[in-house]
Amino acid sequence: MSNQMIKGNTAVVIGAMYAGCDCFFGYPITPASEILHEASKYFPMVGRNFVQAESEEASINMVYGASGAGHRVMTASSGPGISLMQEGFTFLAGAELPAVIVDIMRAGPGLGNIGPEQGDYNQIVKGGGHGNYKNIVLAPNSVQEMCDLTMKAFELADKWRNPVIVLADGTLGQMAEPLEFPTEAIKPSEKDWAVKGNKETMDNLITSIFNDFSDLEDFNYKLQEKYDKIEAEEVIFDEYKVEDAEIVLVSYGISSRIARSAVDKSREKGLKVGLLRPITLSPFPTKRIKELSDKGVSFISVEMSNGQLLADVQFAALRKEDTYLVNRMGGNIIELKQVLAKIYEICGIDEEIDTARKNIEKDIPNIID
Amino acid sequence: MSENEFNDKNYELQVRRNPQSLLEEYPRKGTNIKSTHYCAGCGHGILHKLIAECMDELGIQERCVMISPVGCSVYAYFYFNCGNFQTAHGRAPAVATGISRAEDDAIVMSYQGDGDLASIGLNETLQAANRGEKMTVFFVNNTVYGMTGGQMAPTTLIGEKTVTCQTGRDPDYAGHPTHMCELINTLKAPVYIERVSLANPLKIRLAKFAIKQALTVQKEGKGYSFIEVLAPCPTNLKQDVKSAQEFIENQMEKEFPVKNFRNNLYTKTPIERPVSDFTTESLDKIFNVNRDDKKRYVDDDIKPISIKVSGFGGQGVLSAGLTIAQAACAEGKHVSWYPSYGPEQRGGKSNCSVVISNETIGTPVVDDIDILIALNKPSLEMFSSDVNEGGTILYDAHIGEFEIDRNVNVIPMPCVDIAEEHGNAKTANTALLGGLTELTNVLKRESYENAIREMFASKPKVIDVNIDVLKAGAEWIKNNS
Repeated sequence: MSNQMIKGNTAVVIGAMYAGCDCFFGYPITPASEILHEASKYFPMVGRNFVQAESEEASINMVYGASGAGHRVMTASSGPGISLMQEGFTFLAGAELPAVIVDIMRAGPGLGNIGPEQGDYNQIVKGGGHGNYKNIVLAPNSVQEMCDLTMKAFELADKWRNPVIVLADGTLGQMAEPLEFPTEAIKPSEKDWAVKGNKETMDNLITSIFNDFSDLEDFNYKLQEKYDKIEAEEVIFDEYKVEDAEIVLVSYGISSRIARSAVDKSREKGLKVGLLRPITLSPFPTKRIKELSDKGVSFISVEMSNGQLLADVQFAALRKEDTYLVNRMGGNIIELKQVLAKIYEICGIDEEIDTARKNIEKDIPNIID
Repeated sequence: MSENEFNDKNYELQVRRNPQSLLEEYPRKGTNIKSTHYCAGCGHGILHKLIAECMDELGIQERCVMISPVGCSVYAYFYFNCGNFQTAHGRAPAVATGISRAEDDAIVMSYQGDGDLASIGLNETLQAANRGEKMTVFFVNNTVYGMTGGQMAPTTLIGEKTVTCQTGRDPDYAGHPTHMCELINTLKAPVYIERVSLANPLKIRLAKFAIKQALTVQKEGKGYSFIEVLAPCPTNLKQDVKSAQEFIENQMEKEFPVKNFRNNLYTKTPIERPVSDFTTESLDKIFNVNRDDKKRYVDDDIKPISIKVSGFGGQGVLSAGLTIAQAACAEGKHVSWYPSYGPEQRGGKSNCSVVISNETIGTPVVDDIDILIALNKPSLEMFSSDVNEGGTILYDAHIGEFEIDRNVNVIPMPCVDIAEEHGNAKTANTALLGGLTELTNVLKRESYENAIREMFASKPKVIDVNIDVLKAGAEWIKNNS
């Protein structure tokens, strides 16, 4: 297949369109706006729907409407916009509506800045809105995966009637890599539960209301059973040189690219270091981490957040001992030497690494919008 | 039902029954399925029936989708015999937009109270109206929050008492009543806008006429229609039948004039929306996918190389990096390009990282640079310390002298002069690229040339100039290093 140099944000739109998404609703926000731009360009070219909504609240509710009408639908945003959408997330989960939401994470809290970060982890992976619900969360780490996992997100959303979030960051959105296009375009199948404004579907109802307490309790249990099944069937992770590893880096998204480089550098020194990369953050590869934990490996969570991933690693490993955090926040990308310094420290290698001189990228992007 | 049937003797019986578009019984309600959940004297029952009668008479029942957001009408789906959505507080117009855009043939209605529509959902309300979405909004104005227990609404009258303005609404503290028809009438897109009243049987008949017009706008696919309904809420306003009627006629109708604000039903043309195309062929066409090209990653033995191009925004820093990446992609190499730029379109700092490898690339952000191409002094100074031992710095000679006390090959190149000589000064970045083609053999020269052709496909005039400058840059390196 002919590869093209494609930006991560564009790859999301390509994946969505080949997956049969025909409704895009969104609101501008850096660094996710390019998804909006590309959708506004390409969706109408093939008669599909694009609306620039008045807010993220409106976007996610437009998603609710089109999803309830049985269409494959998506929106994309970044931290502050994703926060505004939380009402919609829980309504989608409560009405069991499939939808794909792409979060191109930026640095927070508040307006923060437009640099890349992974601080939305808890909000996305743990739910974020009210009630006992979960999102399915996919974490790409390359332009190819921005496309492929967006397609996968539509498949999972329909299969489980659940919102699926593609959790990426500003770096993945901005960078370009060769993209191998999807082999074919999907025409979505009809959904018998949808409300489409026709005779066949007029008895259907899209709602998250259960007035009877016991009915709502039953529904909550039903949801938990669904999440259990998802956890049993849908966990995806990628391992790199984990087999004989004594130190396992756990990392997703852009951080995992740096972690992978750290594995290579460490292996050059003969250190037994590997990388476990969760591709589904929810469901989390709990079982695999427990297995590794039982083998007695050390874990280093490499993340651009305040230990949010580390907490899940510790929870899965059932221990806090011998687990470490290497992180950056505020829009800074983790540096290879930071990760190496921690590995050498754990291995007791006395190597001078100058980690004092921080990445200079940080003083570059400083706008807020 | 045809117009003639209205004169039929059975009509009297029929009006007592529910129209077909309302259910006969309400199983979704769970208990007391023969009666509604509305209070005695409430306006919702009347309005439900009017809407359902119009749905019957227009023959649109099967196409209808009713949206009930939050308020007393949150359970409208108990009653309407058509497709139903229940939604979040105030978001019905956004949900309606989603449904209507997805299913162009659906007749979408939202049924909202004054808190829902004019307070929490005011933005969605005005924006959907302004876009002229194909939907009819029924706005039930009874000057008070119902379901949550009688709080002040945006439409509460001055001096009117509610549980949150217990001495009466004081405009100095709580503002004035919101006039929704008047607000929406300032927008160009809406097709039909009318305020009606349920104060007495005659007004109810007139209300039905307006509702039918508003739904005809949907039946004919013409766009947005808005019906504000002045309705009684005897429970929360602590009124009996007579005082509720008097309140609407003597107070509400004075504040909210009952009238038609706009009727473009007969002049507006239908809005046509396209049908989604799901074919692979169409997508391949818009993304220029060539499925005959079987090229894959080439597994050749190259040494991975990290390149940083840096300068001011507007100097072609990012496009120079992309040209390298494009060339690498065309050769089937693993390659990543990562930009970093300031907020300004022109004049801000700008740099990009390009990594070329024969295997999966780890970090795309280059900290250890093999080749630094610098187009201005600040970036030369900033990144030179990241250049590896044995690496190369290629920079614009106009920056001046630059020295480094390590084993790094430093080449000042008169790229602007070369560019001016063979084209124009704007192609100085391409001259440096030409230099790069000589400094590393990781990519073939013709790949850069093809990349330039591809990058400038929409501006064919500049292709030849850039290729000339590329060659001249390479030539300069050959002769000067």
